[in-house]
Amino acid sequence: MRLIYLIPLALFLFFAGVAGYQLTQPKDVNIPSQMIERELPDFALEPALEGMPGASRADFIGGKPKLLNIWASWCVPCIAEAPHLERLRQEGVEIIGVAVRDRPEAVEGFLARYGNPYTRIGADDISELMLEIGASGVPETYVIDAAGNIRYQHIGDIRENHVEMLLEKLEEAA
Amino acid sequence: MIAELGHAALWLATALAVLQMVGGALGLRNGNEAIVALTRPAAVVQAFLATLSFLLLLYAFAITDLSIKLVATNSHSMKPFIYKLTGTWGNHEGSMLLWVAVLALSGGLLAGLERRLPEKTMSATLSVQGFVALGFYSFLLLSSNPFERLPVPAGEGSGLNPLLQDIGLAIHPPTLYIGYVGLSVAFSLCMGALITRQVTPDFAKVMRPWVLAAWVFLTFGITAGSYWAYYELGWGGWWFWDPVENASLMPWLAATALLHSVSVLAARDALRTWTIMLGVLAFSMSMLGTFLVRSGVITSVHAFAVDPERGSFILALLGLYIGGALVIFAMRAGYIAEGKRFTATSREGALVFNNVMLSAILAIVLLGTLYPVFTEVFDVRVSVGPPYFNPASAIFAIPMFMVMAVGPLLRWKDDKPARIQFEVLLLASIAITVIALVAFFGSYDILPLLGLAFAAALGVASLLPLRGRKLSRVPTATWGMVMAHFGVAVALFGMASESAFTSERLAAVSSGGQEQVGEWTIELQSVDPIAGPNWTAIEARIIATRGDGDGVLLTPQARNFWAPTQATSESALLTTWDGQLYAVIGDQAGVDANGNPRWQLRVWWKPFVTFIWYGGLMIAFGGILSIIGRLQVDLKRRSVTKRGNQRREDAAALAGGTAPEPAE
Repeated sequence: MRLIYLIPLALFLFFAGVAGYQLTQPKDVNIPSQMIERELPDFALEPALEGMPGASRADFIGGKPKLLNIWASWCVPCIAEAPHLERLRQEGVEIIGVAVRDRPEAVEGFLARYGNPYTRIGADDISELMLEIGASGVPETYVIDAAGNIRYQHIGDIRENHVEMLLEKLEEAA
Repeated sequence: MIAELGHAALWLATALAVLQMVGGALGLRNGNEAIVALTRPAAVVQAFLATLSFLLLLYAFAITDLSIKLVATNSHSMKPFIYKLTGTWGNHEGSMLLWVAVLALSGGLLAGLERRLPEKTMSATLSVQGFVALGFYSFLLLSSNPFERLPVPAGEGSGLNPLLQDIGLAIHPPTLYIGYVGLSVAFSLCMGALITRQVTPDFAKVMRPWVLAAWVFLTFGITAGSYWAYYELGWGGWWFWDPVENASLMPWLAATALLHSVSVLAARDALRTWTIMLGVLAFSMSMLGTFLVRSGVITSVHAFAVDPERGSFILALLGLYIGGALVIFAMRAGYIAEGKRFTATSREGALVFNNVMLSAILAIVLLGTLYPVFTEVFDVRVSVGPPYFNPASAIFAIPMFMVMAVGPLLRWKDDKPARIQFEVLLLASIAITVIALVAFFGSYDILPLLGLAFAAALGVASLLPLRGRKLSRVPTATWGMVMAHFGVAVALFGMASESAFTSERLAAVSSGGQEQVGEWTIELQSVDPIAGPNWTAIEARIIATRGDGDGVLLTPQARNFWAPTQATSESALLTTWDGQLYAVIGDQAGVDANGNPRWQLRVWWKPFVTFIWYGGLMIAFGGILSIIGRLQVDLKRRSVTKRGNQRREDAAALAGGTAPEPAE
């Protein structure tokens, strides 16, 4: 056996050793959101349906920290999160909604069916706010403190086990 | 029922792989004839069962069977039908099932069709193929069962990564897989030949079509993948040296070297150990790619489900197959004589040189891809990108292109450099002229400049083997080589033009605003919301005008998918004969003086960028021509032998005796 023929094997064993070691190491998978601790951009949205006020940056200033919930009547996960938003409202959280690319009658129908946890709903017809605060889709929920800063971003629908966590985040933001 | 049937078929196929492995091994030792005789049928039936299993999963995706966990987590009832189907392999489990189905199919084809190899070599080959298949079946069944049921059927699926909802993804992974797995057959054949010490030109002839076919699929897969990344990701680039891209490039580089070396072995009985080594290397690179993509050892922009448990499984398989193969190689390589000799200035010499260059580029890519894994051991996080890969691979690519231009002009075994003096001077003057012209009209970076020069010289050089021959009599395989080499020149021209001449414009534009990109005038007409089946988007209407020509409408979109939620960018492309205009719409960037919204607009004019992929397709097509050419030769030879045998039999019958043994 000539030594030269052992070189590939030696190289491979070295690689396998390192790769094996790496596999046993814990991976840091948390990617901190870009939006945390940034100021909520200035915006003013028309009401999404008659009889309810629209939403603007000023609505978040002062008082207690609030939730900004981006949703749409055409969004299926938004149906799933509706009861949990309702629970948050019962816990005394003020939720300001932003309906993305929606029609007033569809918004009205959705709220009649799945409940209305919002104090205000702005109409974001061209995804203006959505793009500006870096939302990648609907639904998304932001914790905004009384000074108008984004403190936490929750991507996707709010599930039952997220309610406690969001309440804690609101507490922290106070 | 469907899930259970698919699952059962997979288990049965696994059992047959065991039979094939044991039967093949017994064939080496003159063991139980009855079991040995079962290995070929075992491989064929296994191919049928594994394919059936895959088709059943495909069906479950087609009807969105939400009682199957995999369907529920990767599909959605409201997804367009075509993407329900492609969703089958748009996830780890499904793609692994596709992988084993292709593996079993190629094993079945080999067992069913191949009759030229010595029986012992064939036994060893089938045994190894069974062993390889067994590992992947176990991986599927023990750690990534695609047919797992949910305790309660889901009400709705959670969708498919929107980036994967694209027709490019319908073709790209299956083609690559066929390529990867075709290399597994080459691997098994190499091991079979190594174990029985039958590394002969005949063995190389058996292996060549498999390597060629695998290489054609890899070439096509990489070309399609590159174009997909180019238009779908919206960043305007066509190659990023991302680990996942490298994972497909590395087997291609090894297969390209193997392809040339196996041809030398088939035609000249030289390079025996080198060919075996490349056969092991090519499949190793396929497996390494799988490992890197699925283990989570390397983070990549491609969002694959990663899992250390699966990573450990693949690493174990790697150790078993590659480690095992390298042990056998170390033990046996010394017993294989090196074959016929040749001088440096010969066709073989040029091929060996380019083989070494390809291997060096492979080493560069491998090192760059694995480097972050190594440094992370010391808690240093680095990412290696184009600033390393481009110049480092160019160092070896430049001499490779030079030798590639003259290699096919050289004679086998021994040649005088003086004989091709004229051609060398012609090519050199073409290259120098191009450099002078381009440098005269503008100053460009050294690599694109060299790229343009080599592309021109190589384009001419690849046609030279046809010179002075009657074109109708040139063998198809030679046409294949000419086409593939010309394709390399075309692709190189595209790459060099793209990096030398691209103009780019990033601007915030409000409706009615105009921008200038290269020779093009871009006018943003409007930005409107639109909706698709499972997404909403903003769409920009852009009119692009070149000189005094008519305006062309471009409509790039920024899409938001909501199952799952994700934003993607749909670039708009305008293709002309001499390049592509590429437009992407970004976020809103404030308002202009009149209070109208301004939009981030990114536009590139990329001269001749499409030549990159035309070149890729030509290379793949050259490979197809080569396969056809080889098959033609084989068929002709077979019919000649048959006619010969028939004549001998006739003569014997006339003489009243018995026919002599037919010569095969």
